[in-house]
Amino acid sequence: MARTIVPIGPYHPLQEEPEFFTLTVEGEKVVGIDVRVGYNHRGIEKLSERKNFDQSTFVIERICGICSTSHPYAYTRAVEDVIPMEVPPRAKYIRTVIAEGERIHSHLLWLGLAGHFLGYNTVYMWAWKLREEILDVMEILSGNRNNYAMFTPGGVRRDFKPDDIPVVLKKVDSIVPTLTMLKKAVIDDPVLHARTKGIGVFSKEDAINFSALGPTSRASGIRKDVRKDSPYGAYDQVEWDMIVTENGDVFDKVVLRILEMFESIKIIKQCLDKLPAGEINANIESIPPGEGIGHIEAPRGECFHYVRSDGTNRPVRHKVRAPTFMNLPTYKATIVGQTISDATIILAAIDPCYCCTERVSVRTVKGKKLYSGEDLIKLSQAKTEKIREQLRK
Amino acid sequence: MTREEVLNTLKEKFKNDIISVFDKSPKRVYIEITPESLTRVAPFVFNDLQARFNIASGMDSRYEMEILYHFIIEPINLLISFRVKLPKDKPEIASITPFFEAANWIEREMNEMLGITFKGHPDMRRLLLPDQWPEGVYPLRCDYKEWDETAIRDRGV
Repeated sequence: MARTIVPIGPYHPLQEEPEFFTLTVEGEKVVGIDVRVGYNHRGIEKLSERKNFDQSTFVIERICGICSTSHPYAYTRAVEDVIPMEVPPRAKYIRTVIAEGERIHSHLLWLGLAGHFLGYNTVYMWAWKLREEILDVMEILSGNRNNYAMFTPGGVRRDFKPDDIPVVLKKVDSIVPTLTMLKKAVIDDPVLHARTKGIGVFSKEDAINFSALGPTSRASGIRKDVRKDSPYGAYDQVEWDMIVTENGDVFDKVVLRILEMFESIKIIKQCLDKLPAGEINANIESIPPGEGIGHIEAPRGECFHYVRSDGTNRPVRHKVRAPTFMNLPTYKATIVGQTISDATIILAAIDPCYCCTERVSVRTVKGKKLYSGEDLIKLSQAKTEKIREQLRK
Repeated sequence: MTREEVLNTLKEKFKNDIISVFDKSPKRVYIEITPESLTRVAPFVFNDLQARFNIASGMDSRYEMEILYHFIIEPINLLISFRVKLPKDKPEIASITPFFEAANWIEREMNEMLGITFKGHPDMRRLLLPDQWPEGVYPLRCDYKEWDETAIRDRGV
């Protein structure tokens, strides 16, 4: 059968990151994939070597708009590991609240986009409306909807005001009913089952071989979460469960992320209840020569920073490893053998930036254009519609 | 296996390959090994000790090239970093991608950023740098000089 190459990407305004996928397809079946990244390479590791330790926090906060807490969190922990030192207890709790708030809004954003690509625009609207509530909470607590600028080596920069806490608790509680409804809608919906069960299965062996992280590996039955394995912040002082599902398909990843949001709400509420009094910043005076590693659980998996200091006020080396760096190559294992109409949701399942699919154009070997980018999403949505029709009969 | 058992096993099994062990804290250990032994140490740690490969981080420390291979063993919460030092005039080391796929991208990245050659890597294309970037210019090296006259960075803009 003739092979067709489907280029996806690299740029789209909705993307978090530009990526370029080359799918090789035979008829409807995907037989090969190649990923190209680097379109957004800004040399932040090099840039960080020219800033002092405090300034670097703000530079790396701008690596990603969605995980604008994960990177500073991992970086400040790396700097604290150089010394080594512990931050004051109140700062630990504040950091945990901000990190979990970010996890909820990141998972809601993903859920909405996944709904859109499957033809569930109601889910898309609901999830993003719900996300606004969480962004309001973040604004009350930190002053910003995104890029919170709360972190500094040694602690946090702003304290929570006592008056805000009841308002925040009420707002966090208010999203639970809608979230429960979303959960029921996903778990009970037969069409969604048909669309996502058994699709893009990522096996446990592959997850170990690729060293996949976060929800991508936990959906394949791997019990690994930095928050449990190597507790930091207040995670060992509050009660919560690690969510693990077994099948590794897209459905399990959707369910896992929804259940994780409930755990995050639990963590936020406990942290705000127990918030200890005291200092919020240890005020580090100097950083001795040495090296340090900081790793934390970002919404997409483990975020890893390595910092080396030579005793001056600048790092001599700062290595940043975002979770998607390890999760992206797993496409090789999940997408081959699947159909092109499922490609969008499989590419989406690891939670990268996949709105790039709107720029897809499908060409035959002769170069004749068959589909535009929107057509491919329509293809995906049409499949859902077809399954819906069949179930109605 | 406890933390002591893991460290003793490593010291026992690779006693000729280990140059030094720096026991920094309960959660972190840095072990310097000879570059030749990496293809024995890395698969042992990954398969037999069931560690997860975090990442490798290369750096140019002016006198030599240094690579740290970070592995974490979750049940005992221990992060082991294997340090390898390579001569600067010929930075070359065996690839560990044939043993586990997780090392694939980071070796490509270190190759283009620091100019370290990984022997036996299956797919050594560029990962992050653009196509028009000249050959033999490595941005993360200490002696990197701006080559692009149209670049506006570093001019106080």
